[in-house]
Amino acid sequence: MKRRNFIKNSMLFAGVLTTLPSVLFAKKSYAAWPKTSFDIKDLTDSVKSVYGHNNLEESSKVKLKAPSIAENGAIVPINVSTSLENVDSIMIFVENNPQPLSSGYQLTQLAEPSIGTRLKMGKTSNVMAAVKSGDKVYTSTQEVKVTIGGCGG
Amino acid sequence: MSTIKMRSKESNGVVTVKALIKHPMETGQRKNKKTGDMIPAHYIQEVHSKANGKDVITIHWGPAVSKNPYLTFKYKGNKGDDVEISWVDNQGNKDTKIGKVK
Repeated sequence: MKRRNFIKNSMLFAGVLTTLPSVLFAKKSYAAWPKTSFDIKDLTDSVKSVYGHNNLEESSKVKLKAPSIAENGAIVPINVSTSLENVDSIMIFVENNPQPLSSGYQLTQLAEPSIGTRLKMGKTSNVMAAVKSGDKVYTSTQEVKVTIGGCGG
Repeated sequence: MSTIKMRSKESNGVVTVKALIKHPMETGQRKNKKTGDMIPAHYIQEVHSKANGKDVITIHWGPAVSKNPYLTFKYKGNKGDDVEISWVDNQGNKDTKIGKVK
């Protein structure tokens, strides 16, 4: 009985040893996809789940480039750049979408804080770009009017 | 055929990477008009990019990103760098492409 336990335990230990470094490594290079944040339906709750607080500061150093009128809500081009330094991440929230958090960009030291993508928008909404620099979160918001929604079939 | 089309160009020590990925980006909130069934969600969740093996950017996408997503970002780099872009979707599909900076 004891010997069996010993074999079982030693195998378990070997398993832990081999998987541990890979787990540590994975954590360092990839943060897991934040399912909870992407599922939240309210903007304030969404911001809180991403940053842990709602202390946002509007800043002219965050440049959000979005069309004031989007003819096709299925393809709304969004560009975000900033002159702020030590940028950790850029997040784009669309207030009136079913889930406000649209996408998040984690930057390393190598990356320049400038990103662009295309989003779907169900209806006219405020689009907010949030830039995390140090412990603070700076934002810039713009309204995008949508004439044809991008979420219908 | 790769699902990723990528172009990268260096100017004054900054490389601009532009990429187009072929993907349906289904939200899971649309109905099939004929059958009335919901079309299952199928969208890219994570895009990761490296330059010469070093991490540049990790991107998390939700279903709100457009079909056949377009992406652009910049990093401090040089001509001839190997830029790698890879993606994983919510159904576990993935693809990777490596290109040289012009």
